[in-house]
Amino acid sequence: MYEKDGEKYFIVDSHMHFWDASPQNWVPGAEQYAKGWIECFHAYQGLGPADTHQPLEEFQHVSEEQLMREEFEEGHVDVAIFQSTYLKEWYSNGFNTTEQNGYLAEKYPDKFIVNTRFDPRDGDAGMREFEENVRKYNAKGAKLYTAEWNGDSRGYKLTDPEAYRFLQRAEELGVKNIHVHKGPTIWPLDKDAFDVSDVDHAATDFQGLNFIVEHVGLPRIEDFCFMATQEPNVYAGLSVVIGGLMHARPKFFAKVMGELLFWVGEDKMTFGSDYNIWTPKWQIEGLVDWTMPDDDQFADYPRLDTNGKKKILGLNAAKLYDIDVPADCRIVEGEGAQLVDEREVAQA
Amino acid sequence: MTVTSDAPAALVAGAWEALRTVRDPELDADVVSLDFVAECSVTEDGVAHVRLRLPTYFCAPNFAFLMVADAWDALSQVEGLSDVDVTLIDHFASDAINAGVAARAGFVSSMAGTEVGEAVEELHDLRRSFTERAMMAGTDLVVRPMMRAGATPEQVAGMTLADAPDSDDLRRLRARRRELGIPADDDAPLVVDPVGRTVGLEALPLHLRKARSYQVGVDANTSICKGQLAVRYGL
Repeated sequence: MYEKDGEKYFIVDSHMHFWDASPQNWVPGAEQYAKGWIECFHAYQGLGPADTHQPLEEFQHVSEEQLMREEFEEGHVDVAIFQSTYLKEWYSNGFNTTEQNGYLAEKYPDKFIVNTRFDPRDGDAGMREFEENVRKYNAKGAKLYTAEWNGDSRGYKLTDPEAYRFLQRAEELGVKNIHVHKGPTIWPLDKDAFDVSDVDHAATDFQGLNFIVEHVGLPRIEDFCFMATQEPNVYAGLSVVIGGLMHARPKFFAKVMGELLFWVGEDKMTFGSDYNIWTPKWQIEGLVDWTMPDDDQFADYPRLDTNGKKKILGLNAAKLYDIDVPADCRIVEGEGAQLVDEREVAQA
Repeated sequence: MTVTSDAPAALVAGAWEALRTVRDPELDADVVSLDFVAECSVTEDGVAHVRLRLPTYFCAPNFAFLMVADAWDALSQVEGLSDVDVTLIDHFASDAINAGVAARAGFVSSMAGTEVGEAVEELHDLRRSFTERAMMAGTDLVVRPMMRAGATPEQVAGMTLADAPDSDDLRRLRARRRELGIPADDDAPLVVDPVGRTVGLEALPLHLRKARSYQVGVDANTSICKGQLAVRYGL
């Protein structure tokens, strides 16, 4: 919980990892990709405040003690959601698998939620593994990485028939929150990894699932926005938006937030630190202190008030994951800014 | 960026000038302004050596391929150069892209059989789609200041390109429209959609709102890419 000026914010970090990218976990023969990947992440950290930068070696694999401190003691987080990411083509034991993340979740059951994953290209064996992970970790969410390398394949789309088979099973199993990585960093060659049209189709066909588009489709934020405004079950995952822009480029951060508030709305935006790229502390404190600039060029963007910040920082994700929120952190429904409707769009 | 050369300054200047015509299709900015040129030199025998760099190891290989191929084409037009050598450095698909462009091969055959994987589509449609985005974003840059200065939607809907004040943004908008095969002369309508149809008064507000979103997207991407490049190369 974070408290500022008498207001209490219940914090759900809906996108974080406990990864191992240290050289001993690099797949022989694929070292350059494993190294390139984590160095790329490390450069992202460079977009945060200087006093949060880590040496590469520390960044590759933080300790359990450091994670617990930076998320919960210093980081104000009440509940953290692991987004398991495998990348086994490059990392022998996986980058951060359900098991790696699950280890911490079993140790601190009131602090973590573990999202598992599936890869439709893994066929029946992958299906069995998915079902087993759901059962073992009581997963209510899955992280999908459509640009992930898998054998000779360099990516897939949610609209592939095999993907639909997994989505259907996810719904049957109660895995209702599908976090789709649409954003940096890897690209499946000529397929546009940021093309969100597959989410558009899947969201229409699976009304019982929520689709949280992580990194809001950056660098195709406008396509994401135009799509999300049509689909009631599509959400904006703010990891990278806050971490990558709020400190480094505050003006552009304000514009991106303005676009998201306008098209998607504060009821469908969720905070995620993307730990260990960035620690949550400065992102949460910064967002609570943030206001839309009072400049002419931001005049037509919606404002974000305290209640809107409470929703983004925790209440929206708490709703998606049925997390019980302490009474003094709740808000009365109906308060805060209204969602954009067609009429407002037409008048803008 | 290093500038080294034993050749006449004019050839080096010509090479830089040529590189200024090479764009990152996604950011709609040239590779020189973006600081993607790590080296540009001309040796005594008149061979231009250019090394391109990108913000990350995993930057999109399709865009990278377009930039390397475009750089090759642009430099080949520079009079006085005897040969051209363009290399993409520090990228996971460097080898495949460099070899493919040097052999004048398309994207698909460049990637075929390589470790980084197979590609199935050439890049013409991708380029078109990003030029359309650039046109939408450019519309925002040109029209938004006019509306802030008081132009009404009714007026804007009836305007031609001649009604917009001359600026770099307007010249760039005209250039993108020409690339798309959309009329860009003075008497052409100011606001058109990506296939060149006039946008009427009724559709104008939403069209301009979307144009603004495209422009914000380009700005946000550019700032992230520049930040990454600066961190990566200690700029």
